[in-house]
Amino acid sequence: MKFIDEFRNPELIRKTLEELEKIVEPDDHFRIMEVCGGHTYAIFHFGLHELVPKNIEFIHGPGCPVCVLPPGRVDEALSLAEKHEDVIFTAFGDVMRVPGKNGSPLTYKAMGVDVRMIYSPLDALDIAIKNPDKKVLLFAIGFETTAPSTALTVLRAKELDVDNFFVYSNHVKIIPVLESILAQPGMKVDGFIGPGHASVVIGAEPYNIVAEKYKKPVVISGFEPLDLLQSILMLIKQLKNGETKVENQYKRAVADEGNVRALQVMDQVFEDRTIFEWRGLGGIHNSALKLRPEFAKWDAEVHFNIEKINIEENKEARCGDVLKGIIKPNQCKLFGKVCTPENPVGALMVSSEGACATYYNHMFSTMSQ
Amino acid sequence: MLKEKVTFTDAKIQLQHGAGGKASRKLIDGLLAPYFNLETLNDSAYIETGTNKLAFTADSFVVNPLRFPGGSIGELAVNGTVNDIAMGGAKPLAIVSTLIIEAGLETEILEAEIKAMQEAAEKANVAIVGGDTKVVEYQKADKLFIATAGVGLVDPRVNLSADRVKPGDKIILSGPIGDHGITILFARGELDLEANIQSDTRSVWPFVSRLIELAAPGLKWMRDPTRGGVATALNELAKDIKASIVLQEDAIKVRPEVRGACEILGLDPLHIANEGQFIAVVAEEYADKALNAIRQVPGGEDAAVIGVVEASERHIVLARSSFGGTRAVDMLVGDPLPRIC
Repeated sequence: MKFIDEFRNPELIRKTLEELEKIVEPDDHFRIMEVCGGHTYAIFHFGLHELVPKNIEFIHGPGCPVCVLPPGRVDEALSLAEKHEDVIFTAFGDVMRVPGKNGSPLTYKAMGVDVRMIYSPLDALDIAIKNPDKKVLLFAIGFETTAPSTALTVLRAKELDVDNFFVYSNHVKIIPVLESILAQPGMKVDGFIGPGHASVVIGAEPYNIVAEKYKKPVVISGFEPLDLLQSILMLIKQLKNGETKVENQYKRAVADEGNVRALQVMDQVFEDRTIFEWRGLGGIHNSALKLRPEFAKWDAEVHFNIEKINIEENKEARCGDVLKGIIKPNQCKLFGKVCTPENPVGALMVSSEGACATYYNHMFSTMSQ
Repeated sequence: MLKEKVTFTDAKIQLQHGAGGKASRKLIDGLLAPYFNLETLNDSAYIETGTNKLAFTADSFVVNPLRFPGGSIGELAVNGTVNDIAMGGAKPLAIVSTLIIEAGLETEILEAEIKAMQEAAEKANVAIVGGDTKVVEYQKADKLFIATAGVGLVDPRVNLSADRVKPGDKIILSGPIGDHGITILFARGELDLEANIQSDTRSVWPFVSRLIELAAPGLKWMRDPTRGGVATALNELAKDIKASIVLQEDAIKVRPEVRGACEILGLDPLHIANEGQFIAVVAEEYADKALNAIRQVPGGEDAAVIGVVEASERHIVLARSSFGGTRAVDMLVGDPLPRIC
């Protein structure tokens, strides 16, 4: 399979690993954060954490949009659909198992609430067009990866004059959350594997702030084992040479300037929220997107009287410390006991791409070492 | 065999309790089985009658859409029942089936499924000998549900039990995985994706029959990896035998179309349902014979040894990649859901 098999080539992988072994010296210790949940998943899925030299430590970042969603957001949207028979709740498969206070979207669906899984925001618009007597709520989620497709859908709704389609935006931005982590005391990350998908949209340039202001190297990476190993090698080379640059390993998908058209529609439809509450990290300024006032007609937060549901996070959950690299997931008191993928307490246990869930699911292979 | 005690504390039954993964296991072991004074409930059991040993199985079929490339609910009902019997090392003899029909279903659709059942039964050389028919109100069922029970005659040469599985035993898989689950996902028409694949629904008895002929003494355990896929079936075995199962990832055949769909949707082929494959655990010295037996039967050419049982403190399934990485392969939790964001 093109673009997959060549990046899983055992021979090339072995060579890259050998090069890593050569360059990493016994006294070295590198803490590398893979920002993106997709990378966390790939590292464990391909067992890369066991293949790289032992003194390279992975710190699993905040780049899983499902995990960092504030508890309460799903409940707010679901309770709308529960209270109003004419509301259809739509969301990606990723959201379907996110546990709210009274259950996940799947639980609500089984109870008879009209919950539908979509594969693209346009599917939700399509449902709205086909059900003119219903109100379709799109529970929009994701970093800059998916925000442009939501924006395009809003533009399409405007063009077709669809007035029963509403976006509940939970879109977030990658650079502000990175800056928030970098600014935290006790932060122990030496370098970053930059997210692949979000960077397809935003490009490589926005990461300059990480390299310049915070003096940490960034390498934007693809998702196959060879991509990740090459990126790690590039990072280690920078660290060994005392460099802090932004490099792009994922050139086959990411252009330095990003996807200009996608950025344009995003900017046309969305504006920054003053502050957004991140699960596990707290409030971060200008880190999330809401619809601009001229698109208020399609903004669920404007159209519906959404009752804010605030859910206290468990004080014992140490998601923030895991994200800063201060502790490993299994060093949290709740890990694997009260907090499991089936009953997540903290943010990072929620999706299979969350650091704690990935750790939990793959821990056995690590522990047998 | 001593098992950890499971208690079921969920206040309501959710869809995931029927998805064949962890949640299903909890419901069965924690709530249902204790009332029948059993440790667990399987979909088949043995009944001894004088000199004969019978395999007795139950199954039910709910699928949307009713027809899909490569099969339909009627065909699934017969093949699924036949395969459960075959997994007990028994020659399928007879099936009874119950139809639960939603009022308003077009006769033409029902007739097509009955015809599909008859054809599948004829192909599998099994008789449909009776059944029951109920019609429920509109929207109180989804078009057509089929429940079946089947009996088969256990071959006296086989002795299947997880207790006999030991470290060193080989895991054999009969062919490519994921065809059925991905076909159904595509047939629902919710995805703007198309692929040239079809369900693998078929009777696996011809393969099992040959396997018994050539390798019965070494044959220890069989399972058809339907819902929950190969991962779930093997995780259950690992827990039962208190050992680990180590798979060689590149030995597991997955068609390019299925692999592509899984890559796009973020799914693991090991979690995807199959309706015409089976897993056999055989003693190492019988592995070649067993593999040849399956490969000799048309449609079994892709059978392969995919892994081995290893003594371990961790009762889990591991998969090794061609470049040496290892990952733990968990049971499926709920239904597989695509990852997009």
